[in-house]
Amino acid sequence: MQPILEVRDLRVEFATRRGTLRALDGVSFSIMPGEVLGVVGESGAGKSMTGAAIIGLLEPPGRIAGGQILLNGRRIDNLRYEEMRRIRGKEIGAIFQDPLTTLNPLYTVGDQLVETMLTHLPIGAAEARKRAVNWLEMVGIPAAAQRVDSYPHEFSGGMRQRVVIALALCAEPRMVVADEPTTALDVSIQAQVIALLKSLAREKGMAMMLVTHDMGVIAETADRVAVMYAGRIAEIGPVRAVVQAPRHPYSAGLMASIPPLDRKVEHLAQIEGAMPRLSAIPEGCAFNPRCPHVFDRCRAERPELLETGATRAACWLYDPASEKQAPEALRHA
Amino acid sequence: MAAFILSRILQAIPVMLVVAFISFAMFTYVGDPVAIMLGQDFTEAQRAALVSSLGLDQPFFVQFARFIGQAVQGEFGLSYRLSRPVAELIAERAPATLELAFCAAGIALVVGVAMGVYTGLYRNSWLSRALLTFSLVGVSLPPFLIGILLILIFSVWLGWLPSFGRGEVVQLGWWSTGFLTWSGLKALVLPSITLGLFQLTLIMRLVRAEMLEVLRTDYIKFARARGLSNRAVHFGHALKNTLVPVITIAGLQLGGIIAFAIVTETVFQWPGMGLLFIQSVSVADIPVMAAYLLLIALVFVSINLAVDLLYYAVDPRLRVGRGRGH
Repeated sequence: MQPILEVRDLRVEFATRRGTLRALDGVSFSIMPGEVLGVVGESGAGKSMTGAAIIGLLEPPGRIAGGQILLNGRRIDNLRYEEMRRIRGKEIGAIFQDPLTTLNPLYTVGDQLVETMLTHLPIGAAEARKRAVNWLEMVGIPAAAQRVDSYPHEFSGGMRQRVVIALALCAEPRMVVADEPTTALDVSIQAQVIALLKSLAREKGMAMMLVTHDMGVIAETADRVAVMYAGRIAEIGPVRAVVQAPRHPYSAGLMASIPPLDRKVEHLAQIEGAMPRLSAIPEGCAFNPRCPHVFDRCRAERPELLETGATRAACWLYDPASEKQAPEALRHA
Repeated sequence: MAAFILSRILQAIPVMLVVAFISFAMFTYVGDPVAIMLGQDFTEAQRAALVSSLGLDQPFFVQFARFIGQAVQGEFGLSYRLSRPVAELIAERAPATLELAFCAAGIALVVGVAMGVYTGLYRNSWLSRALLTFSLVGVSLPPFLIGILLILIFSVWLGWLPSFGRGEVVQLGWWSTGFLTWSGLKALVLPSITLGLFQLTLIMRLVRAEMLEVLRTDYIKFARARGLSNRAVHFGHALKNTLVPVITIAGLQLGGIIAFAIVTETVFQWPGMGLLFIQSVSVADIPVMAAYLLLIALVFVSINLAVDLLYYAVDPRLRVGRGRGH
């Protein structure tokens, strides 16, 4: 089966006064129809940047400097603005973080839905309005037939995110990029919105790229997970393997820092140090200054994604030719 | 809505009273109209007769109360200088000023918004830079200088446009209009540009700044992510969100245009209210000056009310109490 989205060796650069910064370096992954890929990592790891690159809305001076993005086998990273505009909303939907600011305050939610559908679908205004009410019902807005004429400020945060989801999906894209869709919401609302997204994705057979730093959301929703660090993918694999048996020392640190619920701990586990700034990414493996298992090769050569069994990890511990092999703690036999 | 308008009108009354009081009080000190009206030779009896016929021998507050009482009925007394009813003088001059202000405001709004949108969208193009530089000229040069420069270029050197007056006017009832004759239209060009240029550059810079601000917002990013056309994003979503501050400033500026038409009218010898005011100042024609200031205050108050109502039309968040909540 052909993946719906394929990202190959994506490189995003920022030209700044002090030289070119590489925000994404060699990012590759693919998403199959109906699959949810979770993308996790610390702030600044490049998660949102990857999403922005896919929908073709990198903020200047950021630009795609290399690699390819394929949607249904067709390259979309080199399209002109107008061609890409027709794809946005129609073939790739996008959901952003803060529902309080993503809706235009001066238009009713119905107007915004109708406008989006009329842009992409061959339907008339009356049909679009009917579908707008339908969509609001589908995302769980009560009394949708009346609320369709309400303005965004007349909805609560959770309801607005439902509206945003309806807007992102109303032209029926097969692929959705959701950038931290629950981060700005109350915890009690988060679960509802995630459940909604998940059920809509299943119902419509949509593929989804779910960017978040919330491991709970990932465990709940994703089929596969990509862990990003300093603009690169550190580890990618099925959600169960990455969460329960991470192979990359960074993923292992990340998972260990989730507080356990079943026992009391004095201190939360944490990874020493901080993620490097883009202007100071170290030679070799970007994680090497913080890695508890670092050895000479990590400081000299940059690891590609290597097979580790259940997942693939960018770590020299998994190269049979390395002088040091993965310790017991990372092997999860 | 009706309650809102009513409350604003009630609020306007003290404002108008204060303006009336200040202008009336101020004008008691600007000069002695009696001395000017009598000329060189007069007897003490003539002087006393004139003073009492003008009511100037009465206490200040009695004079003020009488002034207010008459003003409410639209009666501003006789001009000392022209011995004609002030209301008639102003009604005669108002069309000239209002047409000039209308054209100036129209130019400022249409060109200012268009240039603001352009410079906001294409902020690095050479045309944007040129427009911004040009706008500095508009902001920093005083209108009388711009007027004189325009006269020099277009009237003296090129001879295309008249340098003074309104041209031929057509009477429509009591309203005299310059819109219906070619010479009237030609005469409007230079004064309108002179009067509107400052507001034009102000509106342009305001719209540009607001556009830059709005284009960075999440809802614009989301509108793009939904694949809306550039046109819909720029004009439907971005421009509309810049309108509230633009309406505020443009409204205040419109009042300013009418009030400060004085300078432009003087430069172009435009037969409007501003010129009437200036001529009245030099002879301490108190009734005319007081009536003019009251009228200007009324214009400001009405424009502010109109601006508040426009907010409601543009921004749904201000329409509270429509009974449709969460």
